[in-house]
Amino acid sequence: MNPASSVIIFTVLSGMGLGYLALLATAHDYTGAAAFWHWAFAYALATIGLAASAFHLGNPQRAWRAFTQWRSSWLSREAWGAVLTLLAFAPLALSDWLGLGLPRGFGWVGAVLAMATVIATGMIYAQIRAVPRWHHWSVPLLYLAYALAGGCLLAGFRMPAILALVGVAGAVLLHWRVGDGAFARARSSLGSATGLGALGQVEIFEPAHTAGSYLLREMIYVVGRRHVKRLRVIALGVGVALPILALLVVPGVGGFGLAIILYLLGAFAQRWLFFAEAEHVVGLYYGRR
Amino acid sequence: MTCLPQKTDKALGLVIDLDTCVGCQACVTACKGWNDQGYGVPLSDQNPYGSEPSGTFLNRVHSYQVMPEAAAPMIVNFPRSCLHCADAPCVTVCPTGASYKRAEDGIVLVNEDACIGCGLCAWACPYGAREMDAAAGVMKKCTLCVDRIYNENLPEEDREPACVRTCPTGARHFGDLADPASAVSQLVAARGGYDLMPEQATRPTNKYLPPRKKDRPDQASLLAPLLDIKATGLAGWLDRVLGKLP
Repeated sequence: MNPASSVIIFTVLSGMGLGYLALLATAHDYTGAAAFWHWAFAYALATIGLAASAFHLGNPQRAWRAFTQWRSSWLSREAWGAVLTLLAFAPLALSDWLGLGLPRGFGWVGAVLAMATVIATGMIYAQIRAVPRWHHWSVPLLYLAYALAGGCLLAGFRMPAILALVGVAGAVLLHWRVGDGAFARARSSLGSATGLGALGQVEIFEPAHTAGSYLLREMIYVVGRRHVKRLRVIALGVGVALPILALLVVPGVGGFGLAIILYLLGAFAQRWLFFAEAEHVVGLYYGRR
Repeated sequence: MTCLPQKTDKALGLVIDLDTCVGCQACVTACKGWNDQGYGVPLSDQNPYGSEPSGTFLNRVHSYQVMPEAAAPMIVNFPRSCLHCADAPCVTVCPTGASYKRAEDGIVLVNEDACIGCGLCAWACPYGAREMDAAAGVMKKCTLCVDRIYNENLPEEDREPACVRTCPTGARHFGDLADPASAVSQLVAARGGYDLMPEQATRPTNKYLPPRKKDRPDQASLLAPLLDIKATGLAGWLDRVLGKLP
């Protein structure tokens, strides 16, 4: 699958922002100007991420229509989740800033909605049977782990951040382990795609077209996989191991700053791989995956 | 609404005969031609006469070679387009309601005025039946020529999809696959028509007919009786006399 940069930025930043918002609401009690800046930053992160997702649309002016199909579509559910989450945190953010004294328990509503939104993002991919690598519950888990780790890093919780990063490593390894054999387990082949497998071995004789097409650019994107091993090392080494080391070794805010930069590098590498490594079954018709 | 209908009154679709298809691409051209002027935005081309042409098509014809264990290899031409699945995964993923399956005849369509061009439906389709139009930014797919099949301004023989109408070898058939008495249903039953990628659980409406078994070189020719020519008259007498000579 084509790793569109807007979708990569969206999933990484909005996940991190939603995780941060959830922790601000449930585990912090900033007041006054500090509350304003923390909430504003968390809101900005989540909103920039969500706005970035609009850049891969063909007709973004109709994006409001994406709120209509929540009964069937995970993308629609995600849109609702994002808006409801941002609304649900608003009273608490105002209360923290202006000292209105809203009970802290209020934050849990937003936190649950935020995590549900992250899960919905994962389900957009996990629901797609035609991409066997994605069609598994480990995908929403992966998105959730990244959101929590990003949130803990921004919220400045040292031990929880380390534990959440270990969780990220576990989710990433599970996703890779399950994903690597997923295409074979899906039992789709050129034989089943053409139905000619019952007659004998099927091979490509001539392509349907010699020029490029939307399918080839979007679904049969093979270029990005050249550096899979290196990117996997970056995702786990730079994105998980080094941030943990930074948190353990470098004291104070500096450790968090370093860890956040490393975490983002790793998260972008992992998210690139998430798309680039994913093989769509339509590639079978073209003899390329 | 992008929930799928529980049941459709009809299941209009295509039956494609892989035995008869010669891979001439006439259906590809007819489809492109008709859908350049009818339903929704035209199928655009990008840089059509340049070094890297690209364009939107709703129907593509592949060629495969099949190598049976105990028979001669064969070339099979394989047209690929929307299968109008009963459990269409492209419909339920749509966030805007632009993608839908009609309850009356089972045709899967895109309401282009509601399409935001997110591309998720194309991801969800295992068959690569949907292509985003690069000029209009909306998703295009086979409409089963919904603007032909019910069009009373056309002569009756033209009220079928453009690809079916144009096929010079009669390899494409159009009809109601929910009706067991229909010509297409009987064709499927007689020839062992099958679904593509049944493991994807999409329950396609369109069916493909497998290539018929080919003759083997050691099998007697069907023409053998005709080749055994018995001469009559003078030629027959000569034949008998000459045959008796040592």
